[in-house]
Amino acid sequence: MSTDTPTASEGEPTDEQALLARIDELEAQVADLETEVGDDTQKMTIISTKGTFDMAYPPLILASTAAAFGWDVVVFHTFWGLDILHEERSRDLKLSAVGNPNMPMPNALAALPGMDRMATKMMEKRIDENGTATVEELIDVSLEQGVELQACQMTIDLMDYDEDEFYDDVTVGVGAATALQHMAESDVQLLV
Amino acid sequence: MTTEYEIAETLDVKGASCPMPVVKTKQSVDGLGDGEVLEVLATDSGSMSDIDGWATGTNGVELLEQVEDGDVYKHYVQKTAE
Repeated sequence: MSTDTPTASEGEPTDEQALLARIDELEAQVADLETEVGDDTQKMTIISTKGTFDMAYPPLILASTAAAFGWDVVVFHTFWGLDILHEERSRDLKLSAVGNPNMPMPNALAALPGMDRMATKMMEKRIDENGTATVEELIDVSLEQGVELQACQMTIDLMDYDEDEFYDDVTVGVGAATALQHMAESDVQLLV
Repeated sequence: MTTEYEIAETLDVKGASCPMPVVKTKQSVDGLGDGEVLEVLATDSGSMSDIDGWATGTNGVELLEQVEDGDVYKHYVQKTAE
């Protein structure tokens, strides 16, 4: 205590300089924070992991709608979700007749060969009659509006897909770290 | 109630369902000038809530009016300066 007082009075100009320097530092920090907060664009990251016909819809519907709100949207497709971005396989996504208690048939019957195909055809017909967009249309409007559709590189290698088998403008060469980075910056994060 | 404003463009999304009425509305509004009004014709009953929600949550647009006309839901969206 006793040694503090003389040091403080002796070094008064130094203290003032230090304070001024500290003020400059804090002002710079406030300016940085204001820039950060001033960016009021909402961000959303969806992790799409399922490749059945019905599960292809929710991420694409949310992504295209969020883009219409002007949000910055990333959909990271991994494991079976990757098939949604695969040009050929996305046209042949199947609905599973088994394991869905809402299906109008018992599981024992649903497990018979050809039942998935039949259930898928029925669903496709209803989607068409209802005026619901196709998976391909949703991918197109999403990309058109600047949604970033990412294909997990590890899964591409795992499934032995070729990068040019995906829709044009799909982002390849990305992994979990990229997805996490977007999730950390996002206001909305969903795992589908 | 209608046409206290001039309609610059009409978007017909009759028959299309979620999310297309909102997505197409957004794309059409992008092509308008400030102050211009887009008329949207939809048959999706969810479009009443969806276009309202979209307009509320989006900068640079204002929902002027929504009218239910038989089977058709009419929406009037104005592009405003952001």
